[in-house]
Amino acid sequence: MSLRIVVCVKYVPDATGDRQFTEDLTVNRDDVDGLLSELDEYAVEQALQIADEADDAEITVLTVGPEDAKDALRKALSMGADKAIHVEDDDLHGSDVMATSLVLAKAIEKAGYDLVITGMASTDGTMGVLPAILAERLGVPQVTLLSEVKVEDGVVTGRRDGDSASEQLEASLPALVSVTDQSGEARYPSFKGIMAAKKKPVESWDLEELEIESDEVGLEGSWTAVDSATQRPARTAGTIVKDEGEGGKSLAEFLAGQKFI
Amino acid sequence: MAEVLVYVDHVDGAVRKPTLELLTLARRIGEPVAVALGAGAEATAAVLAEHGAVKVLTADAPEFSDYLVVPKVDALQAAYAAVSPAAVLLPSSAENKEIGARLAVRIGSGIITDATDLEAGDEGPVATQAAFAASFSTKSRVSKGTPVITVKPNSAPVEAAPAAGTVEALAVTFGALATGTKVTSRTPRESTGRPELTEAAIVVSGGRGVNGAENFHIIEALADSLGAAVGASRAAVDAGWYPHSNQVGQTGKSVSPQLYIASGISGAIQHRAGMQTSKTIVAINKDAEAPIFDLVDYGVVGDLFAVVPQLTDEIKARKG
Repeated sequence: MSLRIVVCVKYVPDATGDRQFTEDLTVNRDDVDGLLSELDEYAVEQALQIADEADDAEITVLTVGPEDAKDALRKALSMGADKAIHVEDDDLHGSDVMATSLVLAKAIEKAGYDLVITGMASTDGTMGVLPAILAERLGVPQVTLLSEVKVEDGVVTGRRDGDSASEQLEASLPALVSVTDQSGEARYPSFKGIMAAKKKPVESWDLEELEIESDEVGLEGSWTAVDSATQRPARTAGTIVKDEGEGGKSLAEFLAGQKFI
Repeated sequence: MAEVLVYVDHVDGAVRKPTLELLTLARRIGEPVAVALGAGAEATAAVLAEHGAVKVLTADAPEFSDYLVVPKVDALQAAYAAVSPAAVLLPSSAENKEIGARLAVRIGSGIITDATDLEAGDEGPVATQAAFAASFSTKSRVSKGTPVITVKPNSAPVEAAPAAGTVEALAVTFGALATGTKVTSRTPRESTGRPELTEAAIVVSGGRGVNGAENFHIIEALADSLGAAVGASRAAVDAGWYPHSNQVGQTGKSVSPQLYIASGISGAIQHRAGMQTSKTIVAINKDAEAPIFDLVDYGVVGDLFAVVPQLTDEIKARKG
Protein backbone atom coordinates (compact mmCIF):
# COMPACT_ATOMS: atom_id res chain seq x y z
CA MET A 1 0.00 0.00 0.00
CA SER A 2 1.35 3.30 -0.95
CA LEU A 3 2.26 5.83 1.73
CA ARG A 4 1.06 9.27 0.69
CA ILE A 5 3.17 12.00 2.25
CA VAL A 6 2.33 15.69 1.91
CA VAL A 7 5.04 18.13 2.95
CA CYS A 8 3.93 21.72 3.57
CA VAL A 9 6.59 24.28 2.70
CA LYS A 10 6.79 28.05 2.75
CA TYR A 11 8.52 30.54 0.52
CA VAL A 12 9.99 33.20 2.79
CA PRO A 13 12.01 36.40 2.38
CA ASP A 14 15.70 35.77 2.97
CA ALA A 15 16.44 36.65 6.60
CA THR A 16 19.79 38.14 5.66
CA GLY A 17 18.04 40.71 3.44
CA ASP A 18 16.56 44.01 4.58
CA ARG A 19 13.03 42.82 5.38
CA GLN A 20 10.30 45.45 5.41
CA PHE A 21 6.55 45.80 5.62
CA THR A 22 4.45 47.19 2.78
CA GLU A 23 1.85 49.93 3.19
CA ASP A 24 -0.91 47.46 4.04
CA LEU A 25 1.38 46.06 6.76
CA THR A 26 1.94 42.75 5.00
CA VAL A 27 5.40 41.39 4.30
CA ASN A 28 7.17 43.14 1.44
CA ARG A 29 8.10 40.33 -0.91
CA ASP A 30 9.41 42.46 -3.76
CA ASP A 31 12.62 43.89 -2.40
CA VAL A 32 14.14 40.83 -0.77
CA ASP A 33 14.91 37.50 -2.41
CA GLY A 34 12.70 34.63 -1.38
CA LEU A 35 13.68 31.05 -0.73
CA LEU A 36 12.43 27.77 0.71
CA SER A 37 12.24 28.30 4.48
CA GLU A 38 15.28 26.61 5.94
CA LEU A 39 13.21 24.89 8.60
CA ASP A 40 11.05 23.30 5.88
CA GLU A 41 14.12 21.70 4.31
CA TYR A 42 14.26 19.46 7.37
CA ALA A 43 10.66 18.42 6.74
CA VAL A 44 11.47 17.52 3.12
CA GLU A 45 14.52 15.59 4.29
CA GLN A 46 12.54 13.53 6.79
CA ALA A 47 9.88 12.84 4.17
CA LEU A 48 12.58 11.53 1.85
CA GLN A 49 14.02 9.31 4.56
CA ILE A 50 10.59 7.96 5.53
CA ALA A 51 9.81 7.30 1.86
CA ASP A 52 13.12 5.45 1.47
CA GLU A 53 12.12 3.08 4.28
CA ALA A 54 8.61 2.52 2.96
CA ASP A 55 7.79 -0.11 0.32
CA ASP A 56 6.03 2.41 -1.81
CA ALA A 57 5.67 6.07 -1.03
CA GLU A 58 4.86 9.26 -2.84
CA ILE A 59 5.90 12.71 -1.64
CA THR A 60 3.87 15.75 -2.62
CA VAL A 61 5.14 19.19 -1.64
CA LEU A 62 2.49 21.81 -1.09
CA THR A 63 2.74 25.55 -0.76
CA VAL A 64 0.36 28.50 -0.56
CA GLY A 65 1.88 31.67 -1.92
CA PRO A 66 2.46 34.05 -4.81
CA GLU A 67 3.89 33.12 -8.19
CA ASP A 68 7.49 33.17 -6.91
CA ALA A 69 6.65 30.51 -4.33
CA LYS A 70 7.15 27.97 -7.11
CA ASP A 71 10.87 28.37 -6.40
CA ALA A 72 10.35 26.75 -3.01
CA LEU A 73 8.53 23.86 -4.66
CA ARG A 74 11.32 23.45 -7.24
CA LYS A 75 13.89 23.26 -4.47
CA ALA A 76 11.93 20.52 -2.70
CA LEU A 77 11.44 18.66 -5.99
CA SER A 78 15.15 18.87 -6.71
CA MET A 79 15.84 17.37 -3.28
CA GLY A 80 13.73 14.38 -4.34
CA ALA A 81 10.02 15.01 -3.77
CA ASP A 82 7.80 13.49 -6.48
CA LYS A 83 5.30 16.20 -7.28
CA ALA A 84 4.11 19.60 -6.18
CA ILE A 85 0.94 21.58 -5.61
CA HIS A 86 0.94 25.35 -5.68
CA VAL A 87 -2.11 27.12 -4.31
CA GLU A 88 -2.11 30.59 -5.77
CA ASP A 89 -4.86 33.19 -5.81
CA ASP A 90 -4.80 36.98 -5.65
CA ASP A 91 -7.36 36.87 -2.86
CA LEU A 92 -4.84 35.09 -0.59
CA HIS A 93 -2.76 38.25 -0.11
CA GLY A 94 -2.40 39.08 3.57
CA SER A 95 -3.75 35.79 4.94
CA ASP A 96 -2.81 35.15 8.57
CA VAL A 97 -2.09 31.75 10.07
CA MET A 98 -5.77 30.87 10.49
CA ALA A 99 -6.61 31.71 6.88
CA THR A 100 -3.49 30.03 5.50
CA SER A 101 -4.09 26.90 7.55
CA LEU A 102 -7.64 26.68 6.18
CA VAL A 103 -6.27 26.68 2.64
CA LEU A 104 -3.57 24.14 3.47
CA ALA A 105 -6.06 21.82 5.17
CA LYS A 106 -8.44 21.88 2.20
CA ALA A 107 -5.56 21.29 -0.22
CA ILE A 108 -4.17 18.42 1.86
CA GLU A 109 -7.60 16.79 1.95
CA LYS A 110 -8.04 17.23 -1.77
CA ALA A 111 -4.57 15.80 -2.48
CA GLY A 112 -5.13 12.80 -0.22
CA TYR A 113 -2.62 11.86 2.51
CA ASP A 114 -1.52 9.39 5.13
CA LEU A 115 1.14 11.62 6.64
CA VAL A 116 1.59 15.38 6.65
CA ILE A 117 5.05 16.74 7.49
CA THR A 118 5.93 20.37 8.24
CA GLY A 119 8.85 22.30 9.65
CA MET A 120 8.64 23.47 13.27
CA ALA A 121 7.97 27.12 12.27
CA SER A 122 8.48 29.46 9.36
CA THR A 123 11.59 31.59 9.44
CA ASP A 124 9.60 34.77 8.74
CA GLY A 125 6.55 34.70 11.01
CA THR A 126 8.18 32.25 13.46
CA MET A 127 4.90 31.58 15.27
CA GLY A 128 5.28 27.80 15.35
CA VAL A 129 1.55 27.18 15.64
CA LEU A 130 0.65 26.09 12.12
CA PRO A 131 1.36 22.35 12.68
CA ALA A 132 -0.98 22.17 15.69
CA ILE A 133 -3.66 24.16 13.87
CA LEU A 134 -3.43 21.88 10.83
CA ALA A 135 -3.77 18.78 13.02
CA GLU A 136 -6.84 20.32 14.64
CA ARG A 137 -8.37 21.22 11.29
CA LEU A 138 -7.62 17.81 9.78
CA GLY A 139 -8.75 15.96 12.90
CA VAL A 140 -5.61 13.81 13.05
CA PRO A 141 -3.03 13.24 15.80
CA GLN A 142 -0.27 15.86 16.08
CA VAL A 143 3.18 14.41 16.56
CA THR A 144 5.09 17.66 16.68
CA LEU A 145 8.52 19.16 17.30
CA LEU A 146 10.30 15.88 16.64
CA SER A 147 14.06 15.60 16.60
CA GLU A 148 13.74 11.95 15.50
CA VAL A 149 10.95 10.39 13.49
CA LYS A 150 10.12 6.94 12.14
CA VAL A 151 7.13 5.44 10.36
CA GLU A 152 6.47 1.71 10.45
CA ASP A 153 3.36 -0.39 9.92
CA GLY A 154 1.05 2.60 9.90
CA VAL A 155 2.44 4.00 13.15
CA VAL A 156 4.57 7.11 13.54
CA THR A 157 6.96 7.34 16.47
CA GLY A 158 9.32 10.11 17.41
CA ARG A 159 11.23 12.01 20.05
CA ARG A 160 10.14 15.44 21.21
CA ASP A 161 12.74 17.35 23.19
CA GLY A 162 10.88 19.79 25.38
CA ASP A 163 12.13 22.29 27.92
CA SER A 164 11.70 20.05 30.91
CA ALA A 165 11.68 16.56 29.41
CA SER A 166 12.36 14.45 26.37
CA GLU A 167 9.28 12.49 25.34
CA GLN A 168 8.78 9.48 23.08
CA LEU A 169 5.55 9.82 21.11
CA GLU A 170 3.43 7.40 19.16
CA ALA A 171 0.38 7.82 16.91
CA SER A 172 -1.43 5.91 14.22
CA LEU A 173 -1.63 7.23 10.66
CA PRO A 174 -3.09 9.40 9.32
CA ALA A 175 -1.13 11.91 11.36
CA LEU A 176 0.64 15.24 11.23
CA VAL A 177 4.34 15.49 12.07
CA SER A 178 6.51 18.56 12.52
CA VAL A 179 10.28 18.27 12.75
CA THR A 180 12.98 20.49 14.25
CA ASP A 181 16.37 21.43 12.85
CA GLN A 182 17.78 18.65 15.02
CA SER A 183 16.06 15.93 12.98
CA GLY A 184 18.95 15.55 10.57
CA GLU A 185 20.75 17.76 8.10
CA ALA A 186 18.88 18.38 4.86
CA ARG A 187 20.55 17.11 1.70
CA TYR A 188 21.74 19.40 -1.07
CA PRO A 189 20.02 18.88 -4.40
CA SER A 190 22.30 17.05 -6.83
CA PHE A 191 22.73 18.21 -10.42
CA LYS A 192 20.69 15.18 -11.46
CA GLY A 193 18.02 16.15 -8.95
CA ILE A 194 17.88 19.69 -10.27
CA MET A 195 17.51 18.48 -13.85
CA ALA A 196 14.87 15.90 -12.87
CA ALA A 197 12.89 18.53 -10.94
CA LYS A 198 12.26 20.47 -14.13
CA LYS A 199 10.20 17.58 -15.47
CA LYS A 200 8.21 16.86 -12.30
CA PRO A 201 4.56 17.91 -12.26
CA VAL A 202 3.54 21.13 -10.49
CA GLU A 203 -0.21 21.55 -10.22
CA SER A 204 -1.73 24.97 -9.67
CA TRP A 205 -4.91 25.29 -7.66
CA ASP A 206 -6.93 28.37 -6.86
CA LEU A 207 -9.54 29.08 -4.19
CA GLU A 208 -12.43 27.99 -6.39
CA GLU A 209 -10.89 24.57 -6.83
CA LEU A 210 -10.66 24.25 -3.05
CA GLU A 211 -14.20 25.54 -2.55
CA ILE A 212 -13.01 28.39 -0.38
CA GLU A 213 -14.76 31.76 -0.53
CA SER A 214 -12.55 34.80 -1.01
CA ASP A 215 -13.83 36.39 2.22
CA GLU A 216 -12.49 33.41 4.21
CA VAL A 217 -8.90 34.36 3.38
CA GLY A 218 -6.67 37.35 2.73
CA LEU A 219 -6.62 40.46 4.89
CA GLU A 220 -10.43 40.44 5.09
CA GLY A 221 -10.72 36.80 6.09
CA SER A 222 -7.90 36.83 8.62
CA TRP A 223 -8.69 36.62 12.30
CA THR A 224 -5.94 38.99 13.37
CA ALA A 225 -5.09 42.53 12.28
CA VAL A 226 -1.80 44.39 12.38
CA ASP A 227 -2.44 48.03 13.27
CA SER A 228 1.12 49.33 13.07
CA ALA A 229 4.66 48.27 12.31
CA THR A 230 7.48 50.52 13.43
CA GLN A 231 11.11 50.03 12.66
CA ARG A 232 12.90 49.84 15.97
CA PRO A 233 15.38 52.65 16.34
CA ALA A 234 18.89 51.37 15.79
CA ARG A 235 20.47 50.84 19.18
CA THR A 236 22.49 53.85 20.12
CA ALA A 237 26.18 53.16 19.82
CA GLY A 238 27.44 51.67 23.02
CA THR A 239 30.87 51.87 24.56
CA ILE A 240 33.43 49.61 22.94
CA VAL A 241 36.80 49.10 24.52
CA LYS A 242 39.82 47.16 23.37
CA ASP A 243 41.15 44.68 25.88
CA GLU A 244 44.66 45.61 26.91
CA GLY A 245 44.70 43.45 29.99
CA GLU A 246 41.85 45.11 31.90
CA GLY A 247 38.89 44.30 29.59
CA GLY A 248 37.18 41.98 32.09
CA LYS A 249 37.54 44.53 34.88
CA SER A 250 36.14 47.38 32.80
CA LEU A 251 33.19 45.20 31.84
CA ALA A 252 32.61 44.40 35.52
CA GLU A 253 32.66 48.13 36.23
CA PHE A 254 29.99 48.68 33.56
CA LEU A 255 27.83 45.84 34.94
CA ALA A 256 28.16 47.22 38.46
CA GLY A 257 27.12 50.66 37.21
CA GLN A 258 24.02 49.08 35.68
CA LYS A 259 23.30 47.33 39.02
CA PHE A 260 23.77 43.83 37.62
CA ILE A 261 26.40 43.09 40.25
CA MET B 1 -15.29 43.65 34.89
CA ALA B 2 -14.53 41.14 32.13
CA GLU B 3 -12.87 37.89 33.05
CA VAL B 4 -9.60 36.86 31.41
CA LEU B 5 -8.49 33.24 31.31
CA VAL B 6 -4.85 32.72 32.23
CA TYR B 7 -3.32 29.33 31.51
CA VAL B 8 -0.95 28.33 34.30
CA ASP B 9 2.50 26.89 33.67
CA HIS B 10 3.54 24.94 36.72
CA VAL B 11 5.68 21.98 37.73
CA ASP B 12 3.89 19.82 40.32
CA GLY B 13 2.21 22.86 41.79
CA ALA B 14 5.19 25.23 41.62
CA VAL B 15 4.06 28.11 39.38
CA ARG B 16 6.66 29.29 36.92
CA LYS B 17 7.55 32.97 36.86
CA PRO B 18 6.18 33.75 33.34
CA THR B 19 2.67 32.89 34.60
CA LEU B 20 3.00 35.41 37.43
CA GLU B 21 4.18 38.03 34.92
CA LEU B 22 1.17 37.19 32.79
CA LEU B 23 -1.18 37.88 35.70
CA THR B 24 0.22 41.44 35.80
CA LEU B 25 -0.72 41.91 32.13
CA ALA B 26 -4.06 40.13 32.52
CA ARG B 27 -5.14 42.64 35.17
CA ARG B 28 -4.81 45.43 32.60
CA ILE B 29 -7.62 43.90 30.57
CA GLY B 30 -9.81 42.25 33.15
CA GLU B 31 -10.11 39.94 36.15
CA PRO B 32 -7.76 36.95 35.87
CA VAL B 33 -9.29 33.50 36.16
CA ALA B 34 -6.45 30.96 36.24
CA VAL B 35 -6.60 27.46 34.77
CA ALA B 36 -4.20 24.95 36.32
CA LEU B 37 -4.06 21.39 35.03
CA GLY B 38 -2.36 18.17 36.07
CA ALA B 39 -0.62 16.95 39.20
CA GLY B 40 -0.39 19.66 41.86
CA ALA B 41 -2.93 21.93 40.15
CA GLU B 42 -4.67 22.85 43.42
CA ALA B 43 -1.37 23.69 45.07
CA THR B 44 -0.95 26.59 42.65
CA ALA B 45 -3.93 28.48 44.06
CA ALA B 46 -2.21 30.36 46.89
CA VAL B 47 0.48 32.02 44.79
CA LEU B 48 -1.98 32.71 41.93
CA ALA B 49 -4.32 34.43 44.40
CA GLU B 50 -1.45 36.56 45.73
CA HIS B 51 -0.87 37.77 42.18
CA GLY B 52 -4.43 38.63 41.28
CA ALA B 53 -6.31 35.47 40.29
CA VAL B 54 -9.91 35.89 41.41
CA LYS B 55 -10.62 32.26 40.69
CA VAL B 56 -8.50 29.16 40.02
CA LEU B 57 -10.03 26.38 37.94
CA THR B 58 -8.25 23.07 38.43
CA ALA B 59 -8.40 19.63 36.86
CA ASP B 60 -6.23 16.56 37.05
CA ALA B 61 -6.45 13.35 35.05
CA PRO B 62 -3.95 10.82 33.72
CA GLU B 63 -4.71 12.00 30.18
CA PHE B 64 -2.78 15.24 30.78
CA SER B 65 0.51 13.40 31.05
CA ASP B 66 -0.19 10.27 29.03
CA TYR B 67 -1.15 12.04 25.81
CA LEU B 68 0.23 15.05 23.96
CA VAL B 69 -1.31 18.55 24.08
CA VAL B 70 -4.95 17.77 23.12
CA PRO B 71 -6.25 16.79 26.60
CA LYS B 72 -5.07 20.19 27.82
CA VAL B 73 -6.91 21.85 24.93
CA ASP B 74 -10.08 20.00 25.93
CA ALA B 75 -9.67 21.30 29.49
CA LEU B 76 -8.97 24.88 28.44
CA GLN B 77 -11.99 24.74 26.18
CA ALA B 78 -14.11 23.57 29.13
CA ALA B 79 -12.81 26.54 31.13
CA TYR B 80 -13.58 28.85 28.21
CA ALA B 81 -17.14 27.54 28.05
CA ALA B 82 -17.57 27.94 31.81
CA VAL B 83 -16.25 31.52 31.95
CA SER B 84 -16.93 33.24 28.57
CA PRO B 85 -13.78 35.34 28.96
CA ALA B 86 -12.77 38.53 27.15
CA ALA B 87 -9.40 36.97 26.29
CA VAL B 88 -7.35 33.81 26.81
CA LEU B 89 -3.70 34.33 27.73
CA LEU B 90 -0.92 31.76 27.88
CA PRO B 91 2.78 32.11 28.70
CA SER B 92 4.69 31.51 25.44
CA SER B 93 6.38 28.15 25.24
CA ALA B 94 6.42 25.63 22.45
CA GLU B 95 3.69 23.51 24.05
CA ASN B 96 1.56 26.40 25.27
CA LYS B 97 1.55 27.92 21.79
CA GLU B 98 0.20 24.62 20.45
CA ILE B 99 -2.47 24.52 23.15
CA GLY B 100 -3.53 28.10 22.44
CA ALA B 101 -3.53 27.52 18.69
CA ARG B 102 -5.83 24.52 18.83
CA LEU B 103 -8.17 26.27 21.24
CA ALA B 104 -8.28 29.28 18.89
CA VAL B 105 -9.39 27.09 15.96
CA ARG B 106 -12.09 25.46 18.07
CA ILE B 107 -13.58 28.68 19.36
CA GLY B 108 -13.25 30.44 16.00
CA SER B 109 -10.74 33.01 17.23
CA GLY B 110 -7.56 34.58 15.99
CA ILE B 111 -4.28 33.96 17.77
CA ILE B 112 -1.30 36.20 18.46
CA THR B 113 1.93 34.62 19.69
CA ASP B 114 5.01 35.87 21.53
CA ALA B 115 3.58 39.22 22.56
CA THR B 116 6.07 41.35 24.47
CA ASP B 117 3.46 43.72 25.87
CA LEU B 118 -0.29 43.91 26.20
CA GLU B 119 -2.68 46.79 26.76
CA ALA B 120 -6.41 47.34 26.68
CA GLY B 121 -7.68 48.88 23.44
CA ASP B 122 -11.03 50.08 22.05
CA GLU B 123 -11.35 46.91 19.99
CA GLY B 124 -9.89 44.49 22.51
CA PRO B 125 -6.39 43.83 23.80
CA VAL B 126 -3.53 45.25 21.73
CA ALA B 127 -0.37 43.14 21.62
CA THR B 128 3.14 44.34 20.88
CA GLN B 129 5.34 41.88 19.00
CA ALA B 130 8.84 41.89 17.57
CA ALA B 131 9.11 41.09 13.86
CA PHE B 132 11.92 40.37 11.40
CA ALA B 133 14.58 39.51 13.94
CA ALA B 134 13.24 42.25 16.20
CA SER B 135 14.08 44.99 13.69
CA PHE B 136 10.38 45.94 13.75
CA SER B 137 7.88 46.33 16.52
CA THR B 138 4.25 45.68 15.58
CA LYS B 139 0.96 46.27 17.30
CA SER B 140 -1.75 43.74 16.54
CA ARG B 141 -5.11 42.61 17.75
CA VAL B 142 -7.41 39.69 17.23
CA SER B 143 -10.23 40.77 14.93
CA LYS B 144 -12.41 37.69 15.15
CA GLY B 145 -13.60 35.78 18.19
CA THR B 146 -12.10 35.88 21.68
CA PRO B 147 -8.44 36.92 21.54
CA VAL B 148 -6.02 34.08 22.26
CA ILE B 149 -2.61 35.56 23.03
CA THR B 150 0.65 33.98 24.15
CA VAL B 151 3.10 36.24 25.94
CA LYS B 152 6.87 35.93 26.11
CA PRO B 153 8.61 35.57 29.46
CA ASN B 154 10.11 38.80 30.88
CA SER B 155 7.37 40.94 29.29
CA ALA B 156 6.05 42.37 32.56
CA PRO B 157 7.08 42.67 36.19
CA VAL B 158 5.71 40.23 38.76
CA GLU B 159 3.41 42.28 41.01
CA ALA B 160 1.56 41.23 44.14
CA ALA B 161 -2.19 41.98 43.95
CA PRO B 162 -4.06 39.87 46.47
CA ALA B 163 -7.36 38.45 45.20
CA ALA B 164 -9.80 35.79 46.27
CA GLY B 165 -8.27 32.89 44.37
CA THR B 166 -11.25 30.67 45.03
CA VAL B 167 -10.49 27.14 43.88
CA GLU B 168 -13.07 25.42 41.73
CA ALA B 169 -12.88 21.98 40.16
CA LEU B 170 -13.20 22.09 36.39
CA ALA B 171 -15.21 19.30 34.78
CA VAL B 172 -13.45 18.08 31.63
CA THR B 173 -14.78 15.69 29.01
CA PHE B 174 -12.06 14.39 26.73
CA GLY B 175 -12.87 14.22 23.02
CA ALA B 176 -11.90 11.51 20.55
CA LEU B 177 -8.72 13.34 19.51
CA ALA B 178 -7.43 13.58 23.08
CA THR B 179 -5.84 10.15 23.03
CA GLY B 180 -4.44 10.44 19.50
CA THR B 181 -0.80 10.91 20.40
CA LYS B 182 0.48 8.74 23.20
CA VAL B 183 3.48 9.70 25.30
CA THR B 184 5.17 6.30 25.63
CA SER B 185 8.03 7.51 27.80
CA ARG B 186 9.31 10.69 29.36
CA THR B 187 12.86 11.43 30.45
CA PRO B 188 13.08 14.57 32.58
CA ARG B 189 15.86 16.91 31.57
CA GLU B 190 18.65 16.85 34.11
CA SER B 191 18.57 20.04 36.10
CA THR B 192 21.72 22.14 35.94
CA GLY B 193 20.53 24.20 38.89
CA ARG B 194 20.67 27.25 36.62
CA PRO B 195 17.60 29.32 35.71
CA GLU B 196 15.51 28.30 32.71
CA LEU B 197 16.96 29.97 29.60
CA THR B 198 13.80 31.70 28.38
CA GLU B 199 12.89 32.96 31.86
CA ALA B 200 16.29 34.06 33.12
CA ALA B 201 16.96 37.71 33.97
CA ILE B 202 20.55 37.28 32.79
CA VAL B 203 21.78 35.05 29.96
CA VAL B 204 25.44 34.34 29.23
CA SER B 205 26.01 32.79 25.80
CA GLY B 206 28.98 31.25 24.07
CA GLY B 207 29.58 30.80 20.36
CA ARG B 208 32.13 29.69 17.83
CA GLY B 209 34.86 31.59 19.65
CA VAL B 210 34.55 29.26 22.66
CA ASN B 211 36.26 26.76 20.40
CA GLY B 212 35.25 23.44 21.94
CA ALA B 213 32.90 21.76 24.41
CA GLU B 214 35.75 21.52 26.90
CA ASN B 215 35.94 25.32 27.09
CA PHE B 216 32.28 25.96 27.86
CA HIS B 217 33.02 25.76 31.58
CA ILE B 218 34.41 29.30 31.21
CA ILE B 219 30.99 30.49 30.05
CA GLU B 220 29.25 28.46 32.77
CA ALA B 221 31.49 29.93 35.47
CA LEU B 222 30.59 33.47 34.37
CA ALA B 223 26.90 32.51 34.28
CA ASP B 224 27.10 31.06 37.79
CA SER B 225 28.80 34.17 39.16
CA LEU B 226 25.75 36.16 37.99
CA GLY B 227 23.05 33.55 38.69
CA ALA B 228 22.46 33.45 34.94
CA ALA B 229 21.29 30.90 32.38
CA VAL B 230 23.70 29.61 29.75
CA GLY B 231 22.95 30.00 26.06
CA ALA B 232 24.79 28.95 22.94
CA SER B 233 24.86 30.08 19.34
CA ARG B 234 23.86 27.74 16.56
CA ALA B 235 27.51 27.33 15.55
CA ALA B 236 28.37 26.05 19.02
CA VAL B 237 25.35 23.73 19.09
CA ASP B 238 25.91 22.38 15.58
CA ALA B 239 29.52 21.65 16.52
CA GLY B 240 28.17 19.55 19.39
CA TRP B 241 29.70 21.74 22.11
CA TYR B 242 26.43 22.50 23.90
CA PRO B 243 22.89 21.01 23.89
CA HIS B 244 20.27 22.23 21.43
CA SER B 245 17.95 23.06 24.33
CA ASN B 246 20.30 25.97 25.09
CA GLN B 247 20.41 27.36 21.56
CA VAL B 248 19.50 31.03 21.25
CA GLY B 249 18.32 32.21 17.85
CA GLN B 250 15.90 31.79 15.03
CA THR B 251 15.90 27.99 15.13
CA GLY B 252 16.35 27.83 18.89
CA LYS B 253 15.00 29.83 21.79
CA SER B 254 14.09 33.45 21.78
CA VAL B 255 15.23 35.23 24.95
CA SER B 256 14.53 38.68 26.28
CA PRO B 257 16.50 39.05 29.51
CA GLN B 258 17.54 42.18 31.40
CA LEU B 259 21.16 41.42 30.49
CA TYR B 260 22.58 39.36 27.62
CA ILE B 261 26.30 38.63 27.50
CA ALA B 262 27.55 37.22 24.18
CA SER B 263 31.00 35.69 24.20
CA GLY B 264 32.70 34.62 20.99
CA ILE B 265 29.51 35.20 19.03
CA SER B 266 29.72 37.21 15.82
CA GLY B 267 26.02 38.11 15.79
CA ALA B 268 24.60 36.69 12.56
CA ILE B 269 21.00 37.73 11.85
CA GLN B 270 19.79 34.27 12.93
CA HIS B 271 21.31 34.74 16.38
CA ARG B 272 20.13 38.33 16.66
CA ALA B 273 16.58 37.13 15.99
CA GLY B 274 16.71 35.31 19.30
CA MET B 275 18.24 37.95 21.56
CA GLN B 276 17.79 41.41 20.08
CA THR B 277 14.99 42.35 22.47
CA SER B 278 17.32 41.92 25.47
CA LYS B 279 17.36 45.09 27.55
CA THR B 280 21.12 45.44 27.98
CA ILE B 281 23.52 43.71 25.60
CA VAL B 282 27.19 43.09 26.23
CA ALA B 283 29.66 41.33 23.93
CA ILE B 284 33.18 40.03 24.06
CA ASN B 285 34.76 39.18 20.71
CA LYS B 286 38.22 39.19 19.16
CA ASP B 287 36.89 40.59 15.90
CA ALA B 288 36.24 44.34 16.17
CA GLU B 289 34.16 44.12 12.97
CA ALA B 290 31.73 41.49 14.35
CA PRO B 291 28.12 42.64 13.75
CA ILE B 292 27.24 41.93 17.38
CA PHE B 293 29.08 45.16 18.29
CA ASP B 294 26.37 47.14 16.44
CA LEU B 295 23.92 46.03 19.13
CA VAL B 296 25.89 46.36 22.30
CA ASP B 297 25.63 48.72 25.20
CA TYR B 298 29.14 47.68 26.14
CA GLY B 299 31.62 45.68 24.09
CA VAL B 300 35.08 44.39 24.71
CA VAL B 301 37.26 43.65 21.71
CA GLY B 302 39.50 40.94 23.03
CA ASP B 303 40.18 37.28 23.63
CA LEU B 304 37.33 35.73 25.57
CA PHE B 305 39.76 33.31 27.23
CA ALA B 306 41.38 36.30 28.94
CA VAL B 307 38.38 38.61 29.35
CA VAL B 308 35.71 36.17 30.59
CA PRO B 309 37.71 34.63 33.47
CA GLN B 310 38.86 38.09 34.55
CA LEU B 311 35.25 39.29 34.50
CA THR B 312 34.13 36.24 36.49
CA ASP B 313 36.81 36.81 39.12
CA GLU B 314 35.94 40.49 39.36
CA ILE B 315 32.22 39.74 39.81
CA LYS B 316 33.00 37.20 42.53
CA ALA B 317 35.29 39.67 44.27
CA ARG B 318 32.66 42.42 44.13
CA LYS B 319 29.98 40.09 45.43
CA GLY B 320 32.36 39.08 48.21
